[in-house]
Amino acid sequence: MGNFEPVIVAFCCHYCAYTAADMAGSMRISYPANVKIVRVPCSGRVDTKHILEAFLNGADGVYVAGCLENDCHFKDGNIKAAKRVKYAKKLLDEIGIEPDRLEMVMMSAGMGEHFAQVASEITEKIRKLGPIPIKKH
Amino acid sequence: MITAERKPMEEILDFIKPYNSILLVGCNECVTVCAAGGRKEVGILSSSLKMAFMKEGRTLEVKELTLERQCDPEYVEELANQIDQVDAVLSMACGCGVQEVAQRYPEKMVFPALNTKFMGASESQGVWSERCRGCGDCLLGITGGICPVARCSKRIMNGPCGGSTNGKCEISPDVDCAWYLIWERLKAQGLEDKYEDIIEAKDWRPSWHGGPRTIIREDLSE
Repeated sequence: MGNFEPVIVAFCCHYCAYTAADMAGSMRISYPANVKIVRVPCSGRVDTKHILEAFLNGADGVYVAGCLENDCHFKDGNIKAAKRVKYAKKLLDEIGIEPDRLEMVMMSAGMGEHFAQVASEITEKIRKLGPIPIKKH
Repeated sequence: MITAERKPMEEILDFIKPYNSILLVGCNECVTVCAAGGRKEVGILSSSLKMAFMKEGRTLEVKELTLERQCDPEYVEELANQIDQVDAVLSMACGCGVQEVAQRYPEKMVFPALNTKFMGASESQGVWSERCRGCGDCLLGITGGICPVARCSKRIMNGPCGGSTNGKCEISPDVDCAWYLIWERLKAQGLEDKYEDIIEAKDWRPSWHGGPRTIIREDLSE
């Protein structure tokens, strides 16, 4: 467990979190390499099924990063994503997997530092939770 | 539409615990519209069940298939070439679909993944409410298009009762009094005198009180 390096999938909205990640890079702020980014056109594109598939395919933690409230490029995709994350958390709980392995976060494109901070915090949280309790293929 | 909700995961897992492979069958009709058992829900349940099995150190093989209509024999026939490859079937249709599959493939265990709820309408995105009880003798023509059988908690024919307060039913402040709605609708249509007509005691035989019902259209049946 001491050497456990979690795999974390971050579904990042093109208009905010993905650009924030880019910004973090430009600012030379490092964030854990555990975080694997999947760029999506809007956090509202992320379906419950995508989240579950990420876990099923080996992710120890997943987060969906969307725009700040009232800032969605597509009006309310981030709000829809937050609702889906809440639903998926309930599903995880029902099958005995810690819901804390999944989070919804919101940020703007300019928040490079915040992106790195969130990535570090979530990585640390998942590191503490340990590997996902499902055997991987 | 017929509305339904997924059963608790624990109950579903209990059904399929003895098996290693299942056919997870969705339905493209009502349960797709009420987001309970369409292609998307089949995918989500499939992933969830696989994860639950993996947590126990087991592997569950899931074949996913969503039929056009699970309550029609010709569509249920589409399962024929897959049924032998699985240990059991988990249906995400309403009770009609589950029974149709179970009847066609009696050698297989067929389990329901949903609880069938009611015949209802969509009030808004993600909200469905009961609208019809299938009483077999529709009253909507004399009740302003609002059904006292499905929407009055007491199913009274000449309401409202004393439990109606400010348009709400005594069972909950969230439930509209059907008879209040009927009165308001008739009033808006200038049909207050209709409200004065006494509806006689309802004959419940056309409803399920007369036993299981069948419709036979002789011009269509073989």
